[in-house]
Amino acid sequence: MSAPEHSHFSSRNFPEAAKELLADSQLRKNVRHATDVIQAKRNRVVAELPDWEALRDAGSGIRAHALAHLDHYLAEFEQNCMRAGGQVHWARDAVEANRIILGLIQRHEAKEVIKIKTMTSEEIGLNRNLEANGIRPHETDLAELIVQLGHDKPSHFVVPALHKNRQQVRAIFQREMHLPELGDKPEDLCAAARTYLREKYLRIKVAVSGANFLVAENGAVCIVESEGNGRMCLTLPDVLISLVGIEKVIPRFRDLEVLLQTLPRSATGERMNPYNSIWTGVHAGDGPKEFHVVLLDNGRSPILADAEARQTLKCIRCAACLNVCPVYHQTGGHAYESVYAGPIGAILTPQLHSMEEGRSLPYASSLCGACYEVCPVKINIPEVLIHLRGKVVEQDQKTFAGKLDPWNVGMQAAKFVMTSAGRFTLAQHMGQLAQRAFVSKNGFIEHLPFMLSGWTQTRDLKALPAQSFRDWWAQREPRGSAGADAPKGDRDVK
Amino acid sequence: MSSERDARSAILGSIRSALGVHAERDISTREAEYAALPREYKQTSTKSGEELLALFTHRLEEYDAGVLRVSRNEIAAAVARLLSQRGRRRIGIPDDLPSAWLPAGLAFEKSAAFDAHQLDTLDGVLTGCTVAIAETGSIVLQNTGAQGPRALSLVPDYHLCVVFAAQIVETVPECFTRLEATASLPTTFVSGPSATADIEMTRIKGVHGPRFLDVLIVED
Repeated sequence: MSAPEHSHFSSRNFPEAAKELLADSQLRKNVRHATDVIQAKRNRVVAELPDWEALRDAGSGIRAHALAHLDHYLAEFEQNCMRAGGQVHWARDAVEANRIILGLIQRHEAKEVIKIKTMTSEEIGLNRNLEANGIRPHETDLAELIVQLGHDKPSHFVVPALHKNRQQVRAIFQREMHLPELGDKPEDLCAAARTYLREKYLRIKVAVSGANFLVAENGAVCIVESEGNGRMCLTLPDVLISLVGIEKVIPRFRDLEVLLQTLPRSATGERMNPYNSIWTGVHAGDGPKEFHVVLLDNGRSPILADAEARQTLKCIRCAACLNVCPVYHQTGGHAYESVYAGPIGAILTPQLHSMEEGRSLPYASSLCGACYEVCPVKINIPEVLIHLRGKVVEQDQKTFAGKLDPWNVGMQAAKFVMTSAGRFTLAQHMGQLAQRAFVSKNGFIEHLPFMLSGWTQTRDLKALPAQSFRDWWAQREPRGSAGADAPKGDRDVK
Repeated sequence: MSSERDARSAILGSIRSALGVHAERDISTREAEYAALPREYKQTSTKSGEELLALFTHRLEEYDAGVLRVSRNEIAAAVARLLSQRGRRRIGIPDDLPSAWLPAGLAFEKSAAFDAHQLDTLDGVLTGCTVAIAETGSIVLQNTGAQGPRALSLVPDYHLCVVFAAQIVETVPECFTRLEATASLPTTFVSGPSATADIEMTRIKGVHGPRFLDVLIVED
């Protein structure tokens, strides 16, 4: 078995990758169109629910509670899934998960598997590992099929091919399905995918899926989808393997009444997506004869220790934060160089890698807060972004190069100056003297020298005034006696 | 297998140490915390009768499903009419479908035990349902009674579903209350014909599941 690696990580950071992608005007157009359409649909179906905020509170509460008792609910899920005839496996990391899944497929001597879209399998690089071992995975979700046949990467976790338009999809299908006459109407493309995959559904005996939710109370698994490819994979093969992150468990069956309202409306802007499947273990005469759940940790459990960042794991992967993000809107998903893109990816990816990869991602945000507003489980993404920026800085300060980094030197100097009134006043006076050479006639500084030139590249800086507020305050006419009058004045203001 | 057992205890151990707990905690604390979770969302109906049926019909039509409202003694005639309109001949049925729903002179095949290839030769399938949700235009199928195994209502290209007015609730929470007793049966929520929005965000009807869905609403 070849060693699996994390799917799409490279050494590039976000600004480098984004710079390249921003030059692709077709990609930007496709991303903008897609995110505009989903947002409009989402806003419409959210607005028609008067209890939307109550659903967010409930969803947030359920997910936070499940995480606070994750050990208990996982064990409860395991017990109930096994009682219903399912088999539960535990994988500490990508290597273990790949080994378990490959072993199960090989035991059934399968050479091909059909797959339902699962970001978790992207996370562990499952497809490449299967291919390296002579097993051919067929993606069955239309967008994942486009990505797979186009030898591309997903750029969004609900609509992974949203960066491709219909002409681009047609070109991929024409080439890979040998259909030179194929039209470019979405209906034609869907029909081609239907024919291409139906033969596989009827023939291939092993399926691999992810899952949206695991229900501890009865061992049920829930998968939400649109096309029916999920139902095909869940019911027709003899063997089903579901790879699921440990954070996906919820306490009780009725908790779905909340999440199955908020997820479809947030993800695709539908009141309900076309199909939801919920099942427990195996059922004679209905569906696979063998059912396996592989519970994957892969960096999740340590995140629970960080009280502020733990909320990241509440995520139900609706991708509403991607669609609303002004940064994602411009760059699309590939710039994040991570399976999980957008605002949630910016906080999840670095944490899954103990802050050793994706360290530029917490900075890939303007902190506008739109992601928090749309999140159906109320993850305060801006708060976590700032918290993680702090962690990046702390990490850097532990290294010699980090200590000498101009940013750090500057920030430490600022700290030294700003924590003392005397030093601050002195610095202001020095600044007033030092700026003289740079101030234009209009009172602005248009060009700063050396390292500071970056600031004035795209904006002018207002010069320091001749008299600072502190100087003015010190020289002002004293009015009456302070102390006794002040509280009264305060009350008047209110 | 032993390495998987190691993995299990390692993962649970890692979770417990991250959460700062060292053993299974008190059940009553956990249950009290769960009971105190905020649930201020709508859990009961505000609509009934005609208003509820109209909402359900409207939602289904938005998904491009066909809807026909009939009385109990008109079911068989309506089934005959819909099948003829759709030009569907060989129709699969679950084993326990009431024979009163079946019009004379048409071929219905009990197909609960069909394999996928046999199901693929059918023109369509006729089933009942367990419960339906008006607000989202969803019908919920379980492997019981007149609904059959999941593949039966999946592989054929046309699905005709009989829904009784008494099976329709307004909200998703009411649906889950009704499903609670049979929660471990294989369950499928169907909201319109199979569809995708994967190409330029346009909802296209009909990918892998049934491309055509008709719902027969039966009023008592």
